[in-house]
Amino acid sequence: MADYDIPQELRYTREDEWIRIEGERVVIGVTDYAQQQLGDVVFVELPAVGSGIERGEPFGVVESVKAVADLFGPVSGRVVEMNALLAEQPELVNSDCYGDGWMLVIEPDEPSEIEDLLVASDYRQHVKDRAD
Amino acid sequence: MSGLQRTPLFEAHERLGARLVPFAGFELPVQYGSILEEHAAVRERAGLFDVSHMGQLHLRGPGATAAVEWLVSCPVASLRVGRVRYGCLCNEAGGVVDDVTVYRLGDEQWFLCVNASNIEKDYRWVVRHTPAGVAVENRSAETALLALQGPASLAVLDACSDPGLGALPRFAFTHAKLGAAQVLVSRTGYTGSDGFELYCAAADALALWETLCRAGAAHGLAPAGLGARDTLRLEAALPLYGHELDDETSPLEARLDRFVKQGGPAFLGGEAIERRRQAGHRKLLVGFELMERGIPRAGYALALAGSEVGVVTSGAPSPTLQKSIGLGYVPPALAEPGTRLEVKVRGRGLSARVVATPFVRGSTRVSSEGASRG
Repeated sequence: MADYDIPQELRYTREDEWIRIEGERVVIGVTDYAQQQLGDVVFVELPAVGSGIERGEPFGVVESVKAVADLFGPVSGRVVEMNALLAEQPELVNSDCYGDGWMLVIEPDEPSEIEDLLVASDYRQHVKDRAD
Repeated sequence: MSGLQRTPLFEAHERLGARLVPFAGFELPVQYGSILEEHAAVRERAGLFDVSHMGQLHLRGPGATAAVEWLVSCPVASLRVGRVRYGCLCNEAGGVVDDVTVYRLGDEQWFLCVNASNIEKDYRWVVRHTPAGVAVENRSAETALLALQGPASLAVLDACSDPGLGALPRFAFTHAKLGAAQVLVSRTGYTGSDGFELYCAAADALALWETLCRAGAAHGLAPAGLGARDTLRLEAALPLYGHELDDETSPLEARLDRFVKQGGPAFLGGEAIERRRQAGHRKLLVGFELMERGIPRAGYALALAGSEVGVVTSGAPSPTLQKSIGLGYVPPALAEPGTRLEVKVRGRGLSARVVATPFVRGSTRVSSEGASRG
């Protein structure tokens, strides 16, 4: 299996989003595995601040030269920040997916939903299962 | 990926870490690293593609020239030995069976380079429409094809052969020894940049690939996959069978007028193509650019004031122009450059306008002023 960066402190979806818990808020992005699978990211479409996202439902789109991929809500909540930089520099998703390539900050409706997300070791196994 | 064919270079692609995908029944490299970098390598330096999946149908014997003249839309009897022409195989209804390059190997000796997805269909078609005295042979499996494309291509070739290939004009070919491999060197390509297509025996393909990679190292040569091949051909507005062309579409609807005999020697499908032209085409192929962010994809609707008028056949972000471009079919009244359209992307209509093609000319990066012409 190729080498993928899967930080220990984050939680993950089976659709390859990560979340970072920052107090009452949750930061959302896509994983290193996702960005490597996509290749050069050339377009990101995200919901506006103030809109809601639903757990398990598409909230946005990330496109590479060849592929279009939906982004799925890790938990339900309200968007409080959106990474506007990605409109001009979608390549940040490739170069720094856990940092400057972040996508949304939300306030979860139901913080207990976070407990349903994968921990790093389980996500690593999930990536491996698909590579085999 | 069982049941897929592999080219003689499959192991070389694996060693390079290529991402391999199914395409036209073959397992082929879509990219080695970044499609954008491979695209830039071709426009600025040189890229090397394995396109051994493409097919080669040979015709020879008395009557071969007349048979090819009947089979393809472009005039060929006037072609000199050592020259290549692009054209279409057309059906009786004026649709396109395949688009091909036609090579004149001898007085009565020819081969057609055909699309991988159409090899079997084309072979049956050619056999059916060729008189018995002409031998038709499908040499696709034993023939490898590498495409060396980009402004540094000639320098790469010169570094591994007797110099002189620079004298080869566009759409001409010759035979040369490159390293240990005997190669048919054709100054053609599918990228819109200068370059060569190199045919050799499948058994020599790996040696040729390695010879070119070694010689190319000093010139910034990069292996390039199908992903870059697609964005490059789209910038050059070159059609892709199954997208811009199919069994129903007339080559004139696809704006291939230059490659269709009109008033010249008769050819299969020619009468239907002329009849359809006189009746008036219902659709024409146009190039368009997006005027806002987003990416048009094949199958998305083209609309005018909200109502659907056509369909996108190919679309991508243009790495050279730094904007999204596409090809699609619209009614003739909407085919003029400057016409405003919308591309329906996930329910929204993104503004686009019809532009002259090719989107990108020549081998070098064009300025944004140059790009916005038309």
